[in-house]
Amino acid sequence: MKKKILIVDDEPNIVMSLEYTFKKQDFEVFIARDGSEALEILKHHIPDVVLLDIMMPNVDGYQTLTQIKKTDSLKNTKVVFLTAKNKASDIEKGLKLGADKYLNKPFSVKKIVSEILELIA
Amino acid sequence: MNNYALISIIVIYLAVLFYIAFLAEKKRQSKWVNNPYVYTLSLAVYCSAWTYYGSVGIAANSGINFLPIYLGPVIAVPLWIVVLRKIIRISKQHKISSIADFISLRYGNNRFLGALVTIVCLFGTLPYISLQLKAVSETFEIMSDDTSYISTAVIDDSTFYVALLLAVFATFFGTQNTDASEKHKGIIATVAFESVLKLVFFLIIGVYVTYYLFDGTTDIYDQISISQNFKQLTTLNGVEDGLNWLFLISLSFMAVFLLPRQFQVSVLENNREKHLKKAIWLFPLYLLLFNLFVIFIAWAGKLTFGSTKNAEYYSLLLPLENNNSFLATLVFLGGFSAVISMVIVSTLALSTMVSNNLIIPYGFLDKFIKNQPERNSKYIKNIRRISIFTIIITAYFFYVLFSKELSLYSIGLISFVIIAQLAPSFFLGLYWNRGSSKAAIIGVLVGFCIAVYTLILPFTLRVYTGTDDFTQFGLFNVTNLKPYALFGIDFLSPPAHAFFWSMTFNIMTYMVVSLLAKGNYRERNYAEMFVDSKNFTTLQDSALVWKGEAYVADIKNVLIRFLGEKRATRALGIFFTKYKLPKDTQLADARLINFSEKLLTGSIGSASAKILIASVVKEERVSLVEVLKILEESKENIVSNKVLLEKSNELTQLSSKLKEANEELISKDKQKDEFLDTVAHELKTPITGIRAATELLMDEEDDMPKEIKAQFLKNILQDSDRLGRLIHNILDFEKLETGRLNLDLEYHDIQKTIVKAISSIAQIAAKKEVQIINKNTHSFKTNYDEDRILQVLTNLLSNAIKFCESKKGKIIVDYKLGNERIEISVTDNGKGIPEEDFDYIFDKFYQSKHQNTRKPEGSGLGLAITKQIIEKHQGKIWATKGVKKGAILVFTIPFK
Repeated sequence: MKKKILIVDDEPNIVMSLEYTFKKQDFEVFIARDGSEALEILKHHIPDVVLLDIMMPNVDGYQTLTQIKKTDSLKNTKVVFLTAKNKASDIEKGLKLGADKYLNKPFSVKKIVSEILELIA
Repeated sequence: MNNYALISIIVIYLAVLFYIAFLAEKKRQSKWVNNPYVYTLSLAVYCSAWTYYGSVGIAANSGINFLPIYLGPVIAVPLWIVVLRKIIRISKQHKISSIADFISLRYGNNRFLGALVTIVCLFGTLPYISLQLKAVSETFEIMSDDTSYISTAVIDDSTFYVALLLAVFATFFGTQNTDASEKHKGIIATVAFESVLKLVFFLIIGVYVTYYLFDGTTDIYDQISISQNFKQLTTLNGVEDGLNWLFLISLSFMAVFLLPRQFQVSVLENNREKHLKKAIWLFPLYLLLFNLFVIFIAWAGKLTFGSTKNAEYYSLLLPLENNNSFLATLVFLGGFSAVISMVIVSTLALSTMVSNNLIIPYGFLDKFIKNQPERNSKYIKNIRRISIFTIIITAYFFYVLFSKELSLYSIGLISFVIIAQLAPSFFLGLYWNRGSSKAAIIGVLVGFCIAVYTLILPFTLRVYTGTDDFTQFGLFNVTNLKPYALFGIDFLSPPAHAFFWSMTFNIMTYMVVSLLAKGNYRERNYAEMFVDSKNFTTLQDSALVWKGEAYVADIKNVLIRFLGEKRATRALGIFFTKYKLPKDTQLADARLINFSEKLLTGSIGSASAKILIASVVKEERVSLVEVLKILEESKENIVSNKVLLEKSNELTQLSSKLKEANEELISKDKQKDEFLDTVAHELKTPITGIRAATELLMDEEDDMPKEIKAQFLKNILQDSDRLGRLIHNILDFEKLETGRLNLDLEYHDIQKTIVKAISSIAQIAAKKEVQIINKNTHSFKTNYDEDRILQVLTNLLSNAIKFCESKKGKIIVDYKLGNERIEISVTDNGKGIPEEDFDYIFDKFYQSKHQNTRKPEGSGLGLAITKQIIEKHQGKIWATKGVKKGAILVFTIPFK
């Protein structure tokens, strides 16, 4: 069965690179432009991993994660932050909320792929 | 008028006064009793029957010579703020209850000096009171139709009964408290009331005489000016008259401070120092009003009656002559008011002096020590009551025996000259710390003797011997000793002459004796306290230097005798708390001695207080040098404490300022951190895009479709542009925010700038098929930086385009001229601004939650930069609230 990934980011250019990369890795890719769109998608799909930006309009990454953690059906879904916020306090906050990984922007595509694969192996 | 009717009027009037006094005592705290107007009006107790009747008499006989008596106080009044305030402060601090107490305390609670001052005041005031009674009696005689009724028998004389009634009044409202330094609100309220009455009635009679009986001031003037000695009466004749005036002005200048009744109302009854501020202009005004019609009434009387016999009562005789008995009654009541207030306040002041400075210290102290507190209080009150009656009755007999011979004016001046003998020890003592008690006593005695010799003796001898020999030939027929022309000075009027010589000798003796003989340490101590009162008020009870052995219990026993157990215990409790001493302190210190003396001063006078306390303590002698040293030290302590306090206040202020600055810095720092954070985040975003796309494109193993390759390349380009724009905007914004940008202000046509802005953005608008309308096509030139305003307009327009729907979009640019500013608006029919965003849209990097445009468009700094530019132009920018569809953004630029 195909692995599923949800990419949540409001930057279309970044989303495009990520989408291309994970499709190449034979993932089924879902895309959301902010937290509320992501939560909407998560009502119908249960991805293996969610790649989550933090600074987004409407519902931001922290709020989205909190919601995901509250949802029973998503307890096996891994959540990875992918963000330009890289202060120690931000990272700590993200991990405390229950993120499985915290990755920084700008990123190496190859590195992201290997991190994600390792996580869901 | 019928005698009985007149007596009824007097009785009714007195009843009204009783009622007013009663009300005022009942509502002691009410603002009706405690205000600067009541204070000022009570000062007008200065205007006695002498003013009311005597001025007219003197104006008729000797022209404008009635004026100096009022010029003195008017000149003195501005000094009140300095001198009187000082006196009031000292009196309040030491609970002083009379001028005798004041002077006695200044010279170290000197018992003899206090008694001497009291006697001088008695000599000065008794004839003065009798003068008032004389006025009552004579006006009564004029008013009543049955002139023969005024008999010589005391028992038949209505004046005697009036005097008794006044004594009852003074007793009732003057001795409510054992502590004489307590305020007498009832008496002061009636005095203020009477001051209004006497002035109003006098003005009424003035207007009546001048405008009703005559045709105004010019009419009277024209008629009188043809009389023989007119010129002589209205001008000063040479140096001699000038000197007479000068001395009389000085005399009244002193009197307004020293007369026992003036000291009573201006110092002892003063509630608040700030009342002085109003009094210093209201009181002179009162005196001016009172003197307004004096000269016209005098002239009118002269013209009507021909002779100047009875000139003092013209104001009464004129309406009676014209059968206007109603007006005459008003005048009579006005004069009566002047009499009552003078008599009552004077007797009150005198009785306090007689009891606290004469009778108690010289006779009753031993008795007091043995008595129970209630009895002591009763004793003290009774002494004062008996004093009041004695004073008034003595004044009555003085009147019966002497005053009938004299005019109101001359008795008044005799009083002034006698009272003036207190001036050197009083005024010099306030400002010269060397002035000693010995000097004060000798000075007053010498001055008093000279005043008696030059003023009282000639007149008494004339009454007794019926001849003028003494005046004509002098003592033992020595020409230089002629009482009215001592040492050949024969050009002064008797009062001015007496004043000149008594004052000269008084001052000289005071100064010489002070310089020759030093006072003891105690009087020097008080001298320092009085002269340097400003510093010593802060020292309070520590200002008294005292050394010796004393027990709190002994002192408490003395206090109980006068205050009662409860009040004494409470007072000591307050003292211990104030100085943070344990309640069971056994040994008394200087402060407690001073404090206890003060407590007793109000009841029994300062001299007696000192004697009483001294009787229970064992005092050691302190040398004068030691006193001065200790005082200097305490003063320095106070000063250095003050300096320390100031410094510590300064430090507190400084540290709070530092704290503020620090907080501001921290907040600035935080803002800067946040800004950098956001900037970093914003910069990383396009870089992330570029980096990811580049990595994918570089992967040679990947066989990426061509169109995707092209899209990635396009993305890289877009992100690079965005990065460039972002960097440019950040630098721009930073430049604006730190104020480093200088505007290139020049005259431009706003219309042309708007057209330029529209054309620069026309392509984008055309692409989205959004219509842009330039509404106001008039040109208007004003001063602004065109490039910057262009930037603002382009920004607002591109925002508008961004939020407009394609094809339906319509944007209107308009401007109008307002109040010294031009107002430019950009209106669109797009989706508008959500209410919650209104306050934030001009913040840097603010992202609306409702934003749904594709990201790479803006930098998040557009509107923030716009706002900075407009504010740099001293203009304003805002989004209009309450717009139904679309958004209206408006900015203003003031004309230059």
